[in-house]
Amino acid sequence: MASANRSLNRYFDINGWFFVAPAALLIGVFMVYPILYSLWMSFQTGKGMMTQFGGLANIRRLFDDPMFMLALYNTMIFFIVQVPVMLTLALFLASLLDNPNLKFRGLIRTAIFLPCVSSLVGYAVLFKSMFVQDGLINSTLLALHITSQPIPWMTDPFWARVLIIIAITWRWTGYNMIFFLAALQNIDKSIYEASRIDGVPSWGRFFYLTVPMLKPVILFTTVTSTIGTLQLFDEVRNIMTSDAGSAAGPSNSALTLSVYIYNLTFKFVPSFGYAATVSYVIVLAVALLAVIQFYALREKD
Amino acid sequence: MDRLTRTLSSVFTYAFLGIMAFLSIFPFIWMILGATNNSNDIITGKIGIGSALIDNIRAFAAAVDVPLVFWNSIKIALISTALTLIVASLAGYGFEVFRSKYRERVYNGILLTLMVPFAALMIPLFIMMGKLGLIDTHWAVILPTIGSAFVIFYFRQSTKAFPSELRDAARVDGLKEWQIFLLIYVPVMRSTYAAAFIIVFMASWNNYLWPLIVLQSNEMKTITLVVSSLASAYYPDFGAVMVSAILATLPTLLVFFVMQRQFVQGMTGSIK
Repeated sequence: MASANRSLNRYFDINGWFFVAPAALLIGVFMVYPILYSLWMSFQTGKGMMTQFGGLANIRRLFDDPMFMLALYNTMIFFIVQVPVMLTLALFLASLLDNPNLKFRGLIRTAIFLPCVSSLVGYAVLFKSMFVQDGLINSTLLALHITSQPIPWMTDPFWARVLIIIAITWRWTGYNMIFFLAALQNIDKSIYEASRIDGVPSWGRFFYLTVPMLKPVILFTTVTSTIGTLQLFDEVRNIMTSDAGSAAGPSNSALTLSVYIYNLTFKFVPSFGYAATVSYVIVLAVALLAVIQFYALREKD
Repeated sequence: MDRLTRTLSSVFTYAFLGIMAFLSIFPFIWMILGATNNSNDIITGKIGIGSALIDNIRAFAAAVDVPLVFWNSIKIALISTALTLIVASLAGYGFEVFRSKYRERVYNGILLTLMVPFAALMIPLFIMMGKLGLIDTHWAVILPTIGSAFVIFYFRQSTKAFPSELRDAARVDGLKEWQIFLLIYVPVMRSTYAAAFIIVFMASWNNYLWPLIVLQSNEMKTITLVVSSLASAYYPDFGAVMVSAILATLPTLLVFFVMQRQFVQGMTGSIK
């Protein structure tokens, strides 16, 4: 009996590994090995393939590198401004669309969701064509008397950052809204009835009932948006740079860590070790922020 | 008074949602109108249908081998999606059905890779692909995307809804585990596969940074790379750029409209 049980366990176990093996192998080779490799590389100094062990030299170099500091600063600005703006907007839109009596509900939902079906590079290029100096956006703003002068989207550091934030917000708000909407539709509406009878105003219901119940989804969208924003590359490269140069926006005002790593590796004389060190800054930032967000939004038991 | 505030708030709601919906759709309209206008009209913000569509298509076709580039994108997206779905559904099924302490640890390790930013992988991957002699091949683009923690997670979550009675009955009938997977699990989980297909296909179609690094010759490039390089010329021909952007958007837009329900279901299903 015991041996029959053991052979059943063995059968179970062999099958388990058989199903899981291809995925584990691929992730091992193309994720785990490279991430460890790049940790090792971050201690190497030198140009191209001529490298030697440099200890903490790359980490010291980070602090003396104004370009790195600028990329870190820009990335953090994008993260701090864009993620809250986008998620607040997405939550607000979702709560408006959660009303079953709303007319054209499906149509509006589809429209707002549509941007996240667009091609990433395609939309970046569209934004570039709309925001040029004498382009559509400026001529519209001038015609509506919202501004008296064209806004220097492509030539002023401040406005270049604003443009990137507008672009990412356009692309990803609908995506996040869908998650909020699904979560809202799972909420049992009868709890609202009770608070309505008690005379709680609608904004109070929203902040004290709805938001706490959405915590898991807010956590999910915050973490995924954080990971996305810290890796920002496509938009900056396609709106702010040209093939010829390596500058990302006016005075590199839109240079992000990912763009800087790309430049260090493929635009300048390759400095793999140092680029790997910069990439580990993103790894640590993602890990740190995910932990902070997890604890800030965890369910209190 | 109460009725007045209610009317006002409903006017505000519709106005706000209307503006948001318009802003969301407008760039698509801009793209289509742009394809009919010449570059100068586009960058001076002309709204309206122009007469330059044929010229723009000609300019685009003169700059790149359009069918080849489109085929490259389709081929890469379909092969990576198919392989990703096979590998991830096997793993999701395996982790959920055959539970053990060690496999649970492997699973948690796999989930941890969700947080690894691609920027930290690209240099080692580039060196690895160089050693394997795969630089400038489509396999270099496909291989690193197949093992996807997110899709494994998605399949494991969905497998929780797969009825265990079906599996037990099949075991009694003497089916091997791989037969149960192939003959019962796969057909039953059709809609899960459909949703995963859309998500993975779109991600692969939109992939930019990694193909930018490994695909170097023009015959290998994808539509995404072509749109980018057309638009980053010193004096871009925005008419041709618009035509290329339409071509880059069309497949994902088509997939979305044909499979809208599974799409939304698939995106939100994994967090329930």
